[in-house]
Amino acid sequence: MIAFIVRRLIGLVFVLFAISVLTFLIFFAIPGVDPSRSLAGRNPTPETVAAVKHEFGLDRPLPIRYGLLMKRLFISRDLVSYGNTAVKVVPELTAAAPITFSLIIGAAIIWAVLGIAIGVLAVVAKGTILDPLIMVLALIGISLPVFWLGEVANLLTQDRLHNTFLFSWVPPLGYVPFTQDPWQWFLHLIIPWITLSILYIGFYARVLRANMLDVANEDYVRTARAKGLSERNVLTKHILRNSLITVVSLFGLDFGVLVAGGALLTEVVFGLHGIGYITYQSFQSLDLPVIMATVLYGAFFITVANALVDVVYASLDPRIRLA
Amino acid sequence: MAEFAYEPEPEVVLAPGEARQEITGKSPWRLAGRRLIRNRSAMAALAVFLGLVAVCLAAPIYAHHIAHTQAIEPNYTGTTVVNGKRVDVIQQGGGKLGIGEIPISPTWHVNYFFGADTAGRDVMARALYGGRASLFIGITSAVICCVIALILAMVAGFYRRWSDSVLSRAMDLIWAFPVYLLAISLATVLLTKPNGLQWGPIHVVPSSLWVPTWIIAIVYVPYVFRPVRGQVLATREKEYVEAATAAGASNFRLMFGEILPNVISTVIVMLPLMIATTVLTEAALSFLGIGVQDPTPSWGTIIQDGQGLLYERPLVAIVPGIMIVLTVLSLNVFGDGLRDALDPRSKVR
Repeated sequence: MIAFIVRRLIGLVFVLFAISVLTFLIFFAIPGVDPSRSLAGRNPTPETVAAVKHEFGLDRPLPIRYGLLMKRLFISRDLVSYGNTAVKVVPELTAAAPITFSLIIGAAIIWAVLGIAIGVLAVVAKGTILDPLIMVLALIGISLPVFWLGEVANLLTQDRLHNTFLFSWVPPLGYVPFTQDPWQWFLHLIIPWITLSILYIGFYARVLRANMLDVANEDYVRTARAKGLSERNVLTKHILRNSLITVVSLFGLDFGVLVAGGALLTEVVFGLHGIGYITYQSFQSLDLPVIMATVLYGAFFITVANALVDVVYASLDPRIRLA
Repeated sequence: MAEFAYEPEPEVVLAPGEARQEITGKSPWRLAGRRLIRNRSAMAALAVFLGLVAVCLAAPIYAHHIAHTQAIEPNYTGTTVVNGKRVDVIQQGGGKLGIGEIPISPTWHVNYFFGADTAGRDVMARALYGGRASLFIGITSAVICCVIALILAMVAGFYRRWSDSVLSRAMDLIWAFPVYLLAISLATVLLTKPNGLQWGPIHVVPSSLWVPTWIIAIVYVPYVFRPVRGQVLATREKEYVEAATAAGASNFRLMFGEILPNVISTVIVMLPLMIATTVLTEAALSFLGIGVQDPTPSWGTIIQDGQGLLYERPLVAIVPGIMIVLTVLSLNVFGDGLRDALDPRSKVR
């Protein structure tokens, strides 16, 4: 197990380095915008432009620029925005992180519970009309664009049905920190949670159902039945447990992707100023340091999450360790 | 030798009026085709998808000959006829305060059936034109993605050693990026060059549909590459490949004659599901303003336009969304059917 973790860690370091180089090359070696133009003011003298370029290290050779950037991003953490030099990128992202995590953790709880419940229900109801019906609903769920679903949800809960008993409790768009008012925090997030989780509920229900039907054909399930275990015991202890291994690994990956920017669309639609929203604003204004920082932190988070999933997976299923 | 001697087949005794049935060999493809055609929901989904494609292809006919509106150029001063009266497409006095401008609401007539957007353009015509862009990008990028992934997977899986290491690590690298963040990075760089990119004879302007097409295609290559590479690796060890090698087949012949026909079904199964994914991705990127560029419509850009009008003219955002859902849903159902037909033993994924 330890050898597996060490091997995974070494791979992780290489991938992280390669990601940072690639991101650097995408943004800075293919120059799309020149920040000295927007920062040096109108009609700048060549000296001002040169000074701004020097401040951002843009007059240095590429490898040194890469090193400088990484230092300002991860060690001194004082990288400033191109748009406003008073804004430090890394603290801004750290401040936005609780919003993104609030959104994703709530949605993840909803989709894990409902996805598993619906998947199991479909397996139990196999052979009746309920199973294909559930699967059609799940398929519709995974076919909905999340930003559009969010707009429709806004239309109904903020406007058309807001004055009815159904949605009169829905507060205006925005975010209230948990530490300030937990109940308002909950109310503000419940519609975004449901919107974000619908895709995953459908997806997890489908995957779990397919996995359970697969596992149901295994020999040990037949043995369990032959021993005279109750159908309920066979379903929960033998079929469901073994099918959940795949779901656990998917859950880790999806969670990582969402934290690393996948929740961007939901944040934009619901006006939640999390990490995704900051990314959105920064590419609207071509604020390269901010985009660079979010992409790098995002990619790092995903890579680390992947590595964690591998380790968890290996501890759940010993066959993986040898691969 | 006697046991191999030719024996004439016994004469089959036919019932009166019964025709003699020939026994014919059927290829796996034909069997799969038959399974697919018998799958009613898959065929219905295919019909819906092809219907959507046909309707969107007919967008210019609709705009020019039926609705007499146009979908691309802004039309702030346009007028249309509702109930015999000529009215402005952009009307004064919108919003809760009664000031500002608001596009016309759905007329439920052929012109401006679903009303107009903020620039006075016919939403119905725009949704159809948008479908052309969205479907073009979706289908083309999925095909490009699958072709690139197939070629790379064949090379990596067949030659193994360093070509496999290099390609697999490169794919891992793309895989490590969050899809949307990688697409955003590439789009930001490509779209910020005012004169577009110039690579030798290839010149790409930012407004070109090829920019989002290629971005989306590249972002999804690892998702197709991984399973196909695994299959190539497995197929290459099969006895018939060994037999072909022993018969003196060249590498080229082994790759295209023996391995390709046995892995292509994996790619074919993935294609409709990839198109569903790429259509959703295009919509998301365009919604964020980094896909299809104004004034060219696509379903994502129309939804973005509609966001500002959400409470006053909700149909602007709802109509293209429903078209996206129909497209993606029909592709997913058809993709499921195709997988069941071509690969009955595989799992749902």
